[in-house]
Amino acid sequence: MAELTYREAVTRGIAQEMARDPDVIFFGEDVAKPGGVFKTTVGLLEQFGPKRVRDCPISEQAILGAAMGAAMTGLKPIAEIMFSDFIAVCFDYIANEFPKTRYMTNGQVHIPLVVRTGNGAGSRFGAQHSQSVENWCMMIPGLKVVAPSTPRDVIGLMAAAVRDPDPVIFFEHKTLYAVKGDVPDGEIVDQLGTATIVRPGKDATILALAMMVPRAIEAADRLKAEHGIDCEVVDVRSLVPLDMQCILGSVARTHRLFTVEENPRLCGWGAEIVSIAAEEAFYDLDGPPVRITTPHVPLPAADTLEDMILPTVDRIAETVRRSLQA
Amino acid sequence: MTVLANHPETLKLKTPEVQMANKPASAAPAEPAGVNDDIGEEKRLQMYRTQLVIREAEQKAYELFLQNLVKGTSHLSLGQEAIAAGFAAAMRPRDLSFCTYRGHAHTLARGVAVEKVLGELMQRDNGLMRGKGGSMHLTSVEHGVMGSYAIIGAHLPIACGAALRAQYKGQDDVAVCFFGDGTTNIGAFHEALNFAAIWKLPVVFVCENNLYMEYTPIAEVTAVKHPAADRAAAYNLDRIIIDGNDADIVYRTAQTAFAQARAGKGPSLIECLTYRHSGHSRADPAKYRPEGELEKWKEHDPVPLYRARLKQFGIGEDAIQRIGDEVKRTVETAVETCKAAPPPDPGILFTDVYADGGWAWRN
Repeated sequence: MAELTYREAVTRGIAQEMARDPDVIFFGEDVAKPGGVFKTTVGLLEQFGPKRVRDCPISEQAILGAAMGAAMTGLKPIAEIMFSDFIAVCFDYIANEFPKTRYMTNGQVHIPLVVRTGNGAGSRFGAQHSQSVENWCMMIPGLKVVAPSTPRDVIGLMAAAVRDPDPVIFFEHKTLYAVKGDVPDGEIVDQLGTATIVRPGKDATILALAMMVPRAIEAADRLKAEHGIDCEVVDVRSLVPLDMQCILGSVARTHRLFTVEENPRLCGWGAEIVSIAAEEAFYDLDGPPVRITTPHVPLPAADTLEDMILPTVDRIAETVRRSLQA
Repeated sequence: MTVLANHPETLKLKTPEVQMANKPASAAPAEPAGVNDDIGEEKRLQMYRTQLVIREAEQKAYELFLQNLVKGTSHLSLGQEAIAAGFAAAMRPRDLSFCTYRGHAHTLARGVAVEKVLGELMQRDNGLMRGKGGSMHLTSVEHGVMGSYAIIGAHLPIACGAALRAQYKGQDDVAVCFFGDGTTNIGAFHEALNFAAIWKLPVVFVCENNLYMEYTPIAEVTAVKHPAADRAAAYNLDRIIIDGNDADIVYRTAQTAFAQARAGKGPSLIECLTYRHSGHSRADPAKYRPEGELEKWKEHDPVPLYRARLKQFGIGEDAIQRIGDEVKRTVETAVETCKAAPPPDPGILFTDVYADGGWAWRN
């Protein structure tokens, strides 16, 4: 067991897979010599050499297109898009090319690749460098989408993503990069499509993703200490495939459902889960499902404003308490 | 190896554009018999047959469209056959083709059966992708046709990735990427050229300049005269413009570019001058063309041009006729097969969304 930061876990996760499989290559902007603008890939160039770890020009379309061409002809590329907001400039590959080519070619073409990208707020970068955009990808048939919240999950889900035969969009949370966590020694391989109950409880289910997971846990601890409300926190981890068995199983035990989403409200991942719960678990519910999200506004840059607009521990705890005590 | 900028073909363009500036077009083939027969009879017959297959299949596709048997859209390569034939003849089986939605010609040129292509256009179960892709996405991995891409420019970076794999694994195949003049004004074109140039990737970019981006003359919307070649210098590549209606010229240029790519000397960008005999897509009667332009280019039609070339090299009328008859029969048989084929099996609706063969996104 070792204590690693989430950032170090990214490096270890990539290195674990590159050491295992010579077909895994890695490229992006500032990832090789500079070691990544978030220092998530320090040392990979030295360990695996310039043929396998490459710095690219600022050409997001070329980066994702090349990853696709390499993947469909036999490599397993990991491509980095520095900020997830930049997915918008290469969205053709995410929306039209990666996910649809297998289907359109009647299964002739396989696209086993991973796009890693820094997602989420907390760095005070403003509306174009701070968004949570996992829902941009979740809505597209053919993609898989994961967003780990702990260093251990970063490594395990990275391994699962690299070994998966489908295109996987891997959302790392920028604010979690400095967070530390225990990581077992040796190879870690997780499974896509599995949620984790990170805090068992009996009074309500709180679903969260990435940076919202530690906030949901803290809110649950406070609700227990101050109000005797015992919440179960589920780290959704994988949006596609989605572990509805875990989620609906939790709802069947607690009879209440809350989602905590960093994305702006409209069409966030929680909307889909709540709609499924309404269709399939309506009679398990003792009250309306409630979504706690960033409101439907662009993100402001100022720290004070950004702190107000994201779901906070206070807002999560207060929303759950009021809803349960109503 | 000769740098392609000094390639002799660059200096002796015979397309109407150049001819009109100089002297009236002549139907006489460029090459005197018995001279410079570096290509040989077998390759020439192959290129002639490929051009005929494309010509016949595309004409048939248009007829079938008028009968409402080809559905959706279709983008024909009538008039542009020599580019597909010349490049395909120079390619090895392991070389990879990346095409656009105007990709029937390149797919047929790699040897994909006519009935597979027409079946896909007619959206039947016998189609190349059983109707799941349609005319704009023809793909046959077993023939090295790695896809036809309907989003302009998308496949240039993808071809770079295939070339990156070849370079990384030490394999000597070349990625050949075909696109139209309109593609030269989209960002992915420029990103891909720079990407390929900095890493010296074994990729050959082939611009089919048919003078129109969809409905608009390319000259009206492009800052340079030659939309591909005049951009080559920006990526430290040679400026190459060839007569895309002469399969021999195309073939020789392709060979040179492929040799350069296989030798680790990096990408090429080749602008092939040609002309689309039909409109942009099935919905376009091409009324925007100036009077006489089509007729001028038909005097430089690649198919009769090549037939004359064969005769010049001593190939008999009988042999030429036999190829023509055989191709006609093949295409007609393919049409009948496709007409008799059922629509796609509904069972495939939910297959191959994910690699497990299915579409499950949740448990």
